[in-house]
Amino acid sequence: MKPGPFEWQAPDSLEAALALKARHGEAARFLAGGQSLVPAMNFRVAQPAVLVDLNRVAALDFCQFDADGTLRIGAMARYRRIERDAAVAARVPILVEALAEVAHPQIRTRGTLGGNLSHADPASEMPAVMLALDARFRLRRAGGERVVAAADFFLGPLATVLAEDEMLAEVIIPPLPSGSGTAFLEVARRRGDYAMMGVAAVLRRGPDGRCAEARIALCSAGPTPMAAPRASEALIGRGLNAESFAEAAALAVTEIAPMGSVQASPTYQRHLAGVLVGRALSLAAERAA
Amino acid sequence: MKITIRVNGVGYTRDVEPRLLLSDFLRHEIGLTGTHVGCEHGVCGACTILWDGEPARSCLAFAVQAEGHEISTVEGLAPGPGKLNPLQQAFQDAHGLQCGYCTPGMLMTLTAFLAENPHPDEAQIREALSGNLCRCTGYQHIVDAVLRVAAA
Repeated sequence: MKPGPFEWQAPDSLEAALALKARHGEAARFLAGGQSLVPAMNFRVAQPAVLVDLNRVAALDFCQFDADGTLRIGAMARYRRIERDAAVAARVPILVEALAEVAHPQIRTRGTLGGNLSHADPASEMPAVMLALDARFRLRRAGGERVVAAADFFLGPLATVLAEDEMLAEVIIPPLPSGSGTAFLEVARRRGDYAMMGVAAVLRRGPDGRCAEARIALCSAGPTPMAAPRASEALIGRGLNAESFAEAAALAVTEIAPMGSVQASPTYQRHLAGVLVGRALSLAAERAA
Repeated sequence: MKITIRVNGVGYTRDVEPRLLLSDFLRHEIGLTGTHVGCEHGVCGACTILWDGEPARSCLAFAVQAEGHEISTVEGLAPGPGKLNPLQQAFQDAHGLQCGYCTPGMLMTLTAFLAENPHPDEAQIREALSGNLCRCTGYQHIVDAVLRVAAA
């Protein structure tokens, strides 16, 4: 229950951090908030030879809107900072709503969005929220970068497209157009536990009152955060009502691959998904002014 | 490596390995054993301390990371020897502890919570305490204690 020995590096610039990762490759891990990596190290499930601690890299700690409404969040922005940001609450309320479900306040004090997404736990809320928000991630490496869609980032449980020398440095969330409504709902055994099922829904009510845009994504629903594109597409052009929500929920249940746990069988998880998709869509529609 | 960490306003300089958890630094290096260690993976809340005023798990940070930050532990709560602060007194008055193992973590979580929200309702208190486990399951009396402070 104590971590094994490691070499600790705490650079204060992004460039220095990327250079360290390039030099040490697989032997090194980035340390962000440490709320997943440190438990793994305490269990000695993770035993990195080198820890590149990002907590002194001030350039990665930001959460700001561009003039066009695009939200940019640095990898080291702490959850507490994001959930307390009044502009985020007003303009991307699903982030704050879902963050309230992420573990406990004590974990959110230290936990970071970048660390969470890089960890890629399919039971985690934020990866699913990123799919629903159509977010993109800026991946940095020494001397280069690329931007990937959230939908292309997650490969499997704890697996992403990040190369050995890459860091998820920035999250880019496009503005929600007017008429949008969002909702995040989950069911967990106990407050703060990983969800047995969670649903993120983003809708847009068009000028004719019908659904103009929809994105549904689920957590604890498969090996990665799971998008439900067929359920989302089925809503387009439809009235935002119980009938279309029920059809979308029935479709979403067929698009997931829940793996089951000691707490919930896959059958029960699918049942939860159906109920929660319906409720989340209904709530998002209510909020879509 | 040699580090200096400020705990309850006092600087402590020690030579430690980077792998030393902050919880173990507090207990074994500087003898502040009020911070308890339960699960060592961030679930139980017994090791909760304040990190620059915010509640955090001391078992999920390395001591070397705390340099330059203000750490507060349960030892810093009482106004003087033999005295209790209002939250501690309320725990005693409402029988908010049985075995006492979870108490330091409860107190630190609640100290930050009440600083931000001095008059919470019961639902907010239960939410605030959701990250602290009490194996005696004495939650009702703990909630009662916080309600006393909130009403004061």
